[in-house]
Amino acid sequence: MRKWLVEPDFILTRDPDRCINCQVCVRQCANDVHVHDEEADLVQSDSEKCVGCHRCAALCPTQAISIEKASLEFRPNGNWTADRIRAVYKQAEGGGILLSGMGNDQTLPVLWDHMVLNASQVTNPSIDPLREPMELVTYLGRKPDRLELNRDANGKVSLATELAPQLRLETPIMFSAMSYGSISYNASFSLARAAQAAGTFANTGEGGLHKDFRPYAKNLIVQVASGRFGVDPDYLNVAAAVEIKIGQGAKPGIGGHLPAEKVDAQVSATRMIPERTDALSPAPHHDIYSIEDLRQLIYGIKEATQYTKPVCVKISAVHNVAAIASGAVRAGADIVAIDGFRGGTGAAPTVIRDNVGIPIELALAAVDARLRDEGIRHQASIVAAGSFRSSADVIKAIALGADAVYIGTAALVAMGCHLCQKCYTGKCNWGIATQDPMLTKRLNADVATRRLSNLLRGWSLEIKEMLGGMGINAIESLRGNREHLRGIALSDRDLNILGIKAAGE
Amino acid sequence: MTANAAGAAHVTIAAGDRPYRPVNAEVRAALEAGVKTVELSDVRGHRYIGCGLTCQGKIVIHGVPGNDLAMFMDGPEIEVLGNAQDAVGNTMNRGRVTIHGDAGDVLAHSMRGGTILVKGSVGYRAGIHMKSYKEKRPVVVIGGAAGDYLGEYMAGGLLIVLGLARERGLPISGIYTGTGMHGGAMILGEALDPRSLGREVGKADLTPEDLADLRRYVGQYVAAFGGNAEEILARPFVKYLPVSRRPYGQIYVY
Repeated sequence: MRKWLVEPDFILTRDPDRCINCQVCVRQCANDVHVHDEEADLVQSDSEKCVGCHRCAALCPTQAISIEKASLEFRPNGNWTADRIRAVYKQAEGGGILLSGMGNDQTLPVLWDHMVLNASQVTNPSIDPLREPMELVTYLGRKPDRLELNRDANGKVSLATELAPQLRLETPIMFSAMSYGSISYNASFSLARAAQAAGTFANTGEGGLHKDFRPYAKNLIVQVASGRFGVDPDYLNVAAAVEIKIGQGAKPGIGGHLPAEKVDAQVSATRMIPERTDALSPAPHHDIYSIEDLRQLIYGIKEATQYTKPVCVKISAVHNVAAIASGAVRAGADIVAIDGFRGGTGAAPTVIRDNVGIPIELALAAVDARLRDEGIRHQASIVAAGSFRSSADVIKAIALGADAVYIGTAALVAMGCHLCQKCYTGKCNWGIATQDPMLTKRLNADVATRRLSNLLRGWSLEIKEMLGGMGINAIESLRGNREHLRGIALSDRDLNILGIKAAGE
Repeated sequence: MTANAAGAAHVTIAAGDRPYRPVNAEVRAALEAGVKTVELSDVRGHRYIGCGLTCQGKIVIHGVPGNDLAMFMDGPEIEVLGNAQDAVGNTMNRGRVTIHGDAGDVLAHSMRGGTILVKGSVGYRAGIHMKSYKEKRPVVVIGGAAGDYLGEYMAGGLLIVLGLARERGLPISGIYTGTGMHGGAMILGEALDPRSLGREVGKADLTPEDLADLRRYVGQYVAAFGGNAEEILARPFVKYLPVSRRPYGQIYVY
């Protein structure tokens, strides 16, 4: 039934001269936009249901379909924008919390776009990464306060200090936490395989570990979140590292609900919860009400894994993020992941996604500076997350102080995601954020793995090019090296927090 | 120390003023070497005893174990000859914990399997987010009373509170009992004041299966701590169930 006052977001046009009535669009759209009228033997389209995912247009063999933003304009109003008016209509209709998928889509300043990188000219020659070695290998984990060496009778030197467990990344880019359940089997499988192929890591999110993904566990970080889904000693011990999820950039301070519709037999077995029940992840961990309690869980995981794996703590970037990160490091975290306010999600209340938290650029700079000031920066690695759209964003983050980054949305886009923001409906036409078998089979795991590997390769090559241009031959030498960044059109205060000079200085 | 005591049926490890890490490593080494019973003496708040153990065998604790006793535990049996602290059985998967005294807060948090028997009373948030899956069905029996938020967010399993020896006037369970509950069942030795119940729970009669469960677990309680099973079973037991399996399914618009 048509919802009163809720107008379509898109207008779909079918060119009758091009349409061959093949009905591919009818079969491809899980939102039932296209219907074949038997009597007229024509395909009709209902624009109102269109989410703008382009699946039909992409597969139309004759390019008969075009999709445009609906041009039904309200009287121009800088305050009451069309989005805000439509949100009120929806809530007046349904009386609930507005839900969104993916990250914050508001036009707030993206500070990456206000930072530029350096390059060598005459005095410090640039390096050509095509001919000379360029090191992207990154180790994540606690580094010792000092190194002690043994020297034997023959003068041979060996390391006396016991090193904490480390993750070795061939490139400083990992796949962010996305649970099997929120995304499909093939999407999860592809992330795991691409991580292994590229020598990096994928994060299981709070979805448990499907038995088929176990062969890839050496390249998986498993998550312990407030719902504790799928967590048992085997899950903790089989993975490369364990991440305690405290917060998520898209929805700081709140929990998550995987709707019962997405909990099929496989998802239920992986999470170890009954089929077709809601999987509720509470807002807090019920055993963490303080930094001391966080320490208790960190060391509980270390005990259960016999101190063989780094423990990561993931927090959202919020106002006091520097103090929180410092607390997490002092509580024993070997890695701190910080998720900025543009980070993605399968489902979050729109009001929280768009209004809570701070940008990763400022949070990362503040955390790195704070940990340095306190002399504990070496005790934990920093992983930045929350919308890395290109290798430029990645390398800027490393210059600001990150050891590595997590990418989520970029990985989904590599697999075909069109950012329609409807993940929570479970009707993803690209077979990514769905458990519907008719839809999931559209995502070929071999193809998706190749596309993810290609993305990592492309970004890594670009990072090498940029490093070489700066006259640097190891990513290690760029970490926290803010001299290589300059700000454009930023206030003194922004520059101060970012710890960078203005362009021209 | 006893790590070389492989094959012995019984070893004793003194915890004393040592940190928990070497003590727990010795317990693990002994049980994984096939020792049947580890007697842990002079325990003074040592945390994580039994944490993540997947072997068989039994740990007997003299003294007071610290927080997160039997955390992630998947197999062994633990007997505490005294009181226990917070977060006993945190995310426990299999095995058995018997406490001859009281226990602190968040008992059985996210527990997915196994059994916990507490002779006395427990603190706040016992059974919070307990779950079940197929043959895995955690059971917690509390002899005395429970604090506030019993069974909060509960998603599966069985919580039994007998309401035996407790301070005069103390209710069998505190306020907000079963708030957010969406699975599993609570069986209490007497009806609660409805004002103490969360909105997501409703009262129900015991089915013959519930009575069989109750008889079985009261039997285990009496076997562990003594008492008269028939007297206990004569109490006016009441069952509380979630009224919806999806308490938060109707709060969103798209």
